[in-house]
This record gives sequence, C-alpha cells and structure tokens, in this order.
Amino acid sequence: MPTDNIKFALEFEKPVIELEKKINEMKEYASSTGVDLGEDIKRLEKKAEQLRKEIYSNLNRWQHVQLARHPQRPYTKDYIERVCSYFEEFHGDRLFADDKAIVAGIGMIDDYSCMIVGHQKGRDTKGNLYRNFGMPNPEGYRKARRLMQLASRYKKPIISFVDTPGAYPGIGAEERGQAEAIARNLFEMSRYPVPIIIIIIGEGASGGALGIGVGDRVLMLQNSWYSVISPEGCAAILWRDSTNAPQAAEAMKVTAEDLLELKVIDKIVEEPEGGAHRDPDKAAEIVKAELLRTLAELSEIPADKLLEMRLEKYSKMGYWNESK
Amino acid sequence: MDWFKRKKETLQAVDRKEMPDGLWVKCDECGEIIYKRELDKKLYVCPKCDYHFRIGSSEYIKILIDKGSFKEFNQNISSTDPLKFKDSKKYSDRYKAATQKTGLTEAVVTGQGKIERIPVIMGIMDFSFLGGSMGSVVGEKVSRAADVALKEQKPFIIISASGGARMYEGVLSLMQMAKTSAKLALLAEANIPYISILTHPTTGGTTASYAMLGDVHIAEPGALIGFAGPRVIKQTIGQDLPDGFQRSEFLLEHGFIDAIIHRHEIKSRLAGMLRFFQHQNNNIFKSQESA
Repeated sequence: MPTDNIKFALEFEKPVIELEKKINEMKEYASSTGVDLGEDIKRLEKKAEQLRKEIYSNLNRWQHVQLARHPQRPYTKDYIERVCSYFEEFHGDRLFADDKAIVAGIGMIDDYSCMIVGHQKGRDTKGNLYRNFGMPNPEGYRKARRLMQLASRYKKPIISFVDTPGAYPGIGAEERGQAEAIARNLFEMSRYPVPIIIIIIGEGASGGALGIGVGDRVLMLQNSWYSVISPEGCAAILWRDSTNAPQAAEAMKVTAEDLLELKVIDKIVEEPEGGAHRDPDKAAEIVKAELLRTLAELSEIPADKLLEMRLEKYSKMGYWNESK
Repeated sequence: MDWFKRKKETLQAVDRKEMPDGLWVKCDECGEIIYKRELDKKLYVCPKCDYHFRIGSSEYIKILIDKGSFKEFNQNISSTDPLKFKDSKKYSDRYKAATQKTGLTEAVVTGQGKIERIPVIMGIMDFSFLGGSMGSVVGEKVSRAADVALKEQKPFIIISASGGARMYEGVLSLMQMAKTSAKLALLAEANIPYISILTHPTTGGTTASYAMLGDVHIAEPGALIGFAGPRVIKQTIGQDLPDGFQRSEFLLEHGFIDAIIHRHEIKSRLAGMLRFFQHQNNNIFKSQESA
C-alpha cells in the first residue's frame, strides 16, 4: 500500500494511515541501522491490514462521499493519461468559449478509437480556479455535444468520465442557457448511434453530471456518489442547515451500492483498498479493463438495436404504483 | 414568567392554496383587491397590473381546451416512495398530505383534448403538488403521454410549473430527465410538434429537460425560469442579481424563448401555431416531387 504520498487523511482513515506511517518508519530505521525489527513489523502489518478491512468495509454513505471528494482522488485526466495510448484534447464549443471544467478529445484505448469527454477538477487552489472546481458552464456541455456529434459521424464509441459537484450556478451560465445546454445533451445522447459508456469516478451531482451522463452502460467507482442534488444542497433545503449533509446522504441513498439496487447503474467498479487515491495506477488499470470489456460487449450490437436498448433502459427508470 | 410562554396549541400554519377561497383576492404584485369572480373571468390575470396569478392544471384545462373535450390519462399512477425517504417528515406522509390538500394525484395531469378543434396531447404541471417537483410518476406520465402523441401523430404540449427534480426520490428523479428527453427526441425524429409552455416558476431539472426542448418555447409574462434558483446563485457569487434576472423577458432577450404570450391570448395563438404545423404546402413541393 503506497502511503508515502498520502498528504491528506480523512478523519476516519487516520488510524490506519498513522499506523502505516509508523511501519514505514520502522522499516527505514531497520534498514539504516541493521537492527532486526522483522517480527514487530510483521505484527504491525497484520494489524494494519485488519484495520483497513474494518474501516473500509464498513463505510457509511457520508464517508463514501468524503472519499469521492478526497483531494488526491484521481480525476478524469489522470485516468485518460493512464488508460489511453494516444490522446489529443480538443477545445471549445465553436459558439462562445472553451470551458476548462470539461475536457474532451480523441483517444485510443488499446485497439479502440474513442471520443472521450469528462468533467475536470483542479488539484490545488490555482488549478481549481482554472477548472472552476469541475463545475461546467453551458459552453462545456456544448463542447461535449459538438464532439459527441463528431463521434457519431465517424462511428466512434463515446466514453464519458463523470466527476462534478454540479453545473455552475452563475449569472453568465443562466444568460447562456445552462438548462438548455444540459437538456439538449440528454436529448441527443439518447440518440447517438454509437456505444456510449458512462463512468462515474467521483462526484455525480444532479443535472451537471447527467448532462454528459446518458449512455448504454453506466459504471460507477465504488466510492463515488451520484444523486439529484449534493447532500449539502439537500440538507440546506430540507433541514435548513447544510451541516446535516450526512443525514441527507443517508436519506437520498447516494452510493454505488444504492444505485445498483435502484437499477440506475449497471455495474460497480471496485477500487484499490482504501480508495482510488491510495493507488491511482491500480485504479486506472481496473478502469481500463472494465472499459475494454464494455467496449467489446457493445461493439457487437448493431446501431439500431443499441438505440432501442438505450431507450428501453431509460424508459424503465423509476418506481411507481399502478392501481386498476 | 411561565404564563408568558405559549401553551401547547400553537398557531397552525395554514396551507397556501393556489387560488384562495373567499370572495376577494389581493394581487401579489400591486396589492389591488379583486373580486374573485372578476378574476376568474379575467383568466386569473390582475385587471390592474396584468400580474399572472399562479394557477393549476384544472384552470389551464378550462382556459385552453375546448369544453368537454379533455380526457385524462393514467390517473392511477402514484409514488411508491422507493427510497423510504425521511427528513423531518416522511415523504409518504408529505405525499399523502399533498394529495389531500390539492385533490390531485400527482404534480402533472396528462391527457388528450382539443384546442379550437385540433386534437392535442397535453401534460400540465401543478406547482401546488409538492412544488411541481418531478419524481418517477411525473416522468412516467409525461413519457406515456409522449408515447401517445407519437403513436397517434398528435402535437404534444407541456405546461411547466416546477421547482425541479423531486429530492425525495433522489437519483430516480434525476433519471426522469433522461427518460422524458429521450421520448421527446423520438417525437422530433417523427416531426411531431412539441410546444413547451413555461409558467411561474420553472426551474432545475424540469427546465434542464422537457421545458427547454420544445420546437416552440412560450412563456407567460414575468415567470421565473432558470436552472439554478436565484438564492443559490446569489450565495455562490456573493453579489446581488440584476433586476429581472431569470424572468421570461430576460430569457426572451437571451434567445431561449420564442414568444411571451399573455394568458388572454394564449389559446388563440397556440391554435394558430398548431394550424401552421398542420398545414401542408402541397403547392410548393408538388413540382419537385413530379420532377
């Protein structure tokens, strides 16, 4: 478990991260002085393993949300770098601007030439200002649409990485039609005659996520969350206090497991133990394998059948009673 | 000072109705006191300042649909409370209360009817039912109505009045945006006109799906229309919002609305549009076909 590079620990993972640090220190000490600490190290490693299992297999919904927002969690570009053998980023919606909160471009994943789109967060304050915290403006959705239309014309599968705290609520966003931009994407994504794979890698907040989130298969990383509003937003409205976010996360059922049960997603993608941030390379390896498997599966399906199945998938969404 | 404290029976909050009972109504905008029957006759528009009162599906049916021609669809669909959602109250209790308070079964009424003898399929939202929020049932009813429009090749009209997707059904509400948008894509492919009428207020997931996907967008004057609510925007950017922000006139100015139409004119102008779409230009394309 590579813990040296973990700079930030969430409250509930502190015990295990501290223990791992201690083990590392002992190892260093042992190798520099030649003192044999083998037994002690082994004992502590066993303890750490137990602790990891205990903590990470019993996460509540709010803890999943916190992992999804971990500042070191891999973002879209981290996956693209590791998954694609070739990638060329394309910019701009050809109407207004280039939105840095959405990246899009052409790429190769093994033998598949794909169109790739995704939300992009920044790693630090400067990066977050540049990326607008991964909150797109209308031009972001329109850039994605332009390139997805291109993908349709050239028969390229579309892969969309979802990771956003929401579409940006600003004056300019409203003036340029945030709602229309998202709605138009839902409308068009339901009909692109190429395979569309959605993978939720972190946060899936509301229409901002769904705006590049309609597809044939929806995959979701184990520690991601996805809902109609952020837990804070829900808490602010229903509890009139955003600090009730943990309760809101429970009530809205926002985890990958919940969404699989509600039949909103097709598959949970496992993360390395402790979360994707603990081993981004491993996480990307798992994601790549899952994308390749899904691409192979969807490539077999003729376009008209694909559209029919996509329509049926979304027609079935939701639960209701029908009395006679 | 115990005697100063209020006894158990506190003031009961009275549920606000769309259109209050009683003989007189006060205009929310200009404060004019209006005789209720006068207001009914004026289609719930203030005779002094033209303020459009918020009304529900039954009023819109009266205003738009030829008398006796409306037939409702799928009244029998109701929510199952799939998340067993609870905050300070249970969603199931809120739902029951909403049905009792409004006499409606959900936040949208769908059905078929005629507008100046032209058959149409309609969905009309009721803001009074849980803020016109879209959950599984609203999504399903709108989708089924769109299916009928497609099958019977009839124009489709939705009147929106909604705070957005329904939080009590979590991600399932979000999925209704995708579902309804997918159905509208089918209508567009089949060249079946879809007219979206946006009324006060239309925000959130409703705007970001079917309300903004019309061949024609009509708004009532002064309606609040947007994606994010004004309060959220104000909090995010930390400054006051410009006058008239997110109102119908603002959207018209920015290019997202085809026309703002006064309630007194809406039926005739809607009928005009429907007749336009129905009309066949045989005289123009004849020569090309025979060539």
